[in-house]
Amino acid sequence: MTADNPYIPYFATIEDSWFETGGDRCIKTFKVVFDDPAVRDSWNHKPGQCAMIGVLGEGESMISISCSPTEGKFLRFSVMKMGKVTQALHKLEAGDKMTVRGPYGNSFPVDDWQGKKILTIGGGIGQAPLRPIVEFVKSNREKYAGLTMIYGARSAGDLCFKGEFDQMSKRDDLSCHLTIDIEEEGWDHNVGFVPQMLLDLNPSPENTIAVTCGPPIMIRFVLENLKKLGFSDEQVYTTLENRMKCGIGKCGRCNAGCMYVCKDGPVFSYSVLKDIPEAFA
Amino acid sequence: MLLNKEKWPEFVEKLIGKNLWAPKLEGEAMRFALVAEGEEVSLEYGNTRVPPKGTAFPQTETMYRFQLGNTDMQEPKLEEERILLGVRPCDARAMAIIEKLFRWDYDDPYFLKRREMLTLVGLACNDPGLNCFCPSVGGAPDSAEGLDLLMYDLGDSFLMESVTTKGEALLAETKELLTDSDADAVKTKEKLFADAGAKIKRTVDHIGIPEGLPGLWEDPLWRRVSASCIGCATCTYLCPTCHCFDIQDEVEGFEARRCRMWDSCMFEEYTLHTSGHNTRPTRRERTRNRINHKYSYYVDKFDVIACVGCGRCINLCPVNIDIVEILRQVKEELQ
Repeated sequence: MTADNPYIPYFATIEDSWFETGGDRCIKTFKVVFDDPAVRDSWNHKPGQCAMIGVLGEGESMISISCSPTEGKFLRFSVMKMGKVTQALHKLEAGDKMTVRGPYGNSFPVDDWQGKKILTIGGGIGQAPLRPIVEFVKSNREKYAGLTMIYGARSAGDLCFKGEFDQMSKRDDLSCHLTIDIEEEGWDHNVGFVPQMLLDLNPSPENTIAVTCGPPIMIRFVLENLKKLGFSDEQVYTTLENRMKCGIGKCGRCNAGCMYVCKDGPVFSYSVLKDIPEAFA
Repeated sequence: MLLNKEKWPEFVEKLIGKNLWAPKLEGEAMRFALVAEGEEVSLEYGNTRVPPKGTAFPQTETMYRFQLGNTDMQEPKLEEERILLGVRPCDARAMAIIEKLFRWDYDDPYFLKRREMLTLVGLACNDPGLNCFCPSVGGAPDSAEGLDLLMYDLGDSFLMESVTTKGEALLAETKELLTDSDADAVKTKEKLFADAGAKIKRTVDHIGIPEGLPGLWEDPLWRRVSASCIGCATCTYLCPTCHCFDIQDEVEGFEARRCRMWDSCMFEEYTLHTSGHNTRPTRRERTRNRINHKYSYYVDKFDVIACVGCGRCINLCPVNIDIVEILRQVKEELQ
């Protein structure tokens, strides 16, 4: 990201890291700070944007920035251990360096949403790109008419950002609804799938924006159920991901129809997305 | 200006010291390669098998070098000027077309720097190939788009017309070999290249295709036209407008480089997610993407079809998949 070469990454040092979930495909969150103070000051991302993060010698992956700029001069990435690059990232600890370039893509139009009620509907790692919206709205709560968060995972152990929900459920200016697929001991929230919980909560579409991200099958049913609840296509947003290499609209592979997910996305309103043939491929 | 063919060896000799690249037979394939001292350059060829896009967008190139555990990154120095002699008009147009992508919001420093260092000396086509269809997609056997200088073969001489200041400079450097052109030469040229255009028999009627293609998403034609595809990616590797790339790290001991290399939408791995999910799981989806990208998405983004009608993908496909025929079927479905 030098002035002349957008492919050259910055270095950022991991200030803190922790596991969100366990298992083979565990999710680890990294809190990183740019090494160069000038980059730290000039970096400016919006909720929904992504960054190419990586390890020199291993490669780069496009990962959504899972913090809001209102949280401070750092970045957070929640990374599932999946392939070559994410496995290399998982080996990093506090004090280690990763490479970062970005921020890339469009963003959730949170400024246009002022005065509206915000409803986020997330599943699994899909909460990572939604978290910045929740944090952004929390910090600017007086500008929004409401904030409701629905978040589910297969089991309690598969929920990300668990530590944040207790404190959130104590606030009376937002509501936080958690669900897991199967009953388990010690779980005192909802049991059931996210799309069903959405129907059960029966949120009014009036003056509301719904944003969803999660596994494709969940997104499909959430979209169906939002329609049942009376949400118009313009009120519904989601964020896509595809395999990417460059992040800046050159390498060619991330397109869904005529849209490059890295540049024209990753955020799409359903009114646009429904006409893109490959969007849910 | 006119260059008498008797002076041709001298003309080439003058350029050889300037990092001259021209079509050369390597094995059984014609491709642009460095011309060594005292070597003859023959322009007796149709299209090179490998397009010259690699001179601005190499098949594999280093993006930067680094040492493991170190934060220093060395970018390659791209300062070598290069003259390409005998570039066909379609291939020069292709360079101009992909430049739009490499300038889209983020300037791609590698392509743009290499492109800036090139001087393209074109050679208009007297005898277009069997599967050429450049006039259908905005080109012509004597199109000057993307070129710095265009040569027309008039039989005994070449008519040389500069297109850019780089081309003018090249004519100025070789002026003792050139004579002024005259009305006869221009007349001969016009006749020859009207004839050349008339020799092109293959056509694509693209009117309505960019807007109509996405509407044929589930049409059975995609299964039909991709049925014989073996996924070899020849059509895209040898396409002068295909620009997709992969990025990989190569490590040897502590020395490493991040490099990029041509990739192809015809490969399964191209869109394969780490989860195993693939947005374009079969050759049907991949062929559909290739045609849509060239004839619809690129038009949508950059106002130009990303196909110059060079015919390589038709000539070199091992199973005779023919883009002109695919587009004919598309057109038929749209009517």
